Amino acid sequence: MSRQSNRTSDSKKMNSELFTLTYGALVTQLCKDYENDEEVNKQLDKMGYNIGVRLIEDFLARSSVGRCHDFRETADVIAKVAFKMYLGVTPSVTNWSPAGDEFSLILESNPLVDFVELPDNHNNLVYSSLLCGVLRGSLEMVQMAVDVRFAQDTLRGDNVTEIRMKFIKRIEENLPAGDE
Amino acid sequence: MYINDVPPLDMADDSLFEFLHMEIVSHVYKEHESRGDNDKERGTCVSLLELMGFRVGQGLIERFTKDTPSFKDELDVMKFVCKDFWTNIFRKQIDNLRTNHQGTYVLQDNRFTLLTPLSSGKQYLEEAPKYLAFSCGLLRGALSNLGLESVVTAEVSLMPACKFQVVVQKI
Repeated sequence: MSRQSNRTSDSKKMNSELFTLTYGALVTQLCKDYENDEEVNKQLDKMGYNIGVRLIEDFLARSSVGRCHDFRETADVIAKVAFKMYLGVTPSVTNWSPAGDEFSLILESNPLVDFVELPDNHNNLVYSSLLCGVLRGSLEMVQMAVDVRFAQDTLRGDNVTEIRMKFIKRIEENLPAGDE
Repeated sequence: MYINDVPPLDMADDSLFEFLHMEIVSHVYKEHESRGDNDKERGTCVSLLELMGFRVGQGLIERFTKDTPSFKDELDVMKFVCKDFWTNIFRKQIDNLRTNHQGTYVLQDNRFTLLTPLSSGKQYLEEAPKYLAFSCGLLRGALSNLGLESVVTAEVSLMPACKFQVVVQKI
């Protein structure tokens, strides 16, 4: 068992590199396929959404987290359980709006952007847009409509990466949305 | 039970890649569906996925073998890919490696990670190539950076087992 400890950390590292390199290849391909950065951002968000609606089941199965009672609890679960589980980082939850319906996730380091530099002609590219879609899609499956966007991005010169999440409304139980 | 108090939860990042891979395949085919439905387009999809995998494979193997001593020969390289590389990416080794000792290798994986969510048996067999293209590229890219140019194809007759055939190109 103890010999596996190096293997565990190596394979974890390798797997996250597999993910980040694959994500990089995807963004590169989308930049070739689409004329402008906004379109790429949209595609990444859409793909993220499609992943999110499936990922939530995987998450709930692995984490056995119960139903969240309010948006604050949701924020904590996202930051401390979900991000940790899938990306190996724990963002901090801050900047709550007075109404308690909006908060920020601050990531000191964003694993998606390891080895990444934005070229000059892609100033409007929000490289990690996939994440917005994933968060939106997974929360929709637990009856929450949210708006997710990047407020700060280390790739675009900011010191940290800040994801802003806003609660829009509770969704009535009905047929799940199809793939977009 | 756990090493360094690290529960299995921490290994879930593997599934992120699997989800991403599925979505990439879906996206590539949806995109090209709207541009016309014929064999040429489908061939393009496979090439596109293979090329993406190729670049990722090159990048991965470069980082993975930074501190590894050089390999004795071609077979040594293939064994490394079947054991260490495959385990680190797909959490298991290649189950069987065969060769004719003349540059052709067949790597058999009885439970290929990217096929297990699809089916076991014959269901969705026709769809399997879509989900293997990226991995063929991954393999080809890894081998390329290890000094072996090759042609890599995959074959499935019973899900989720598959065979990757590597034909090393002699310069």
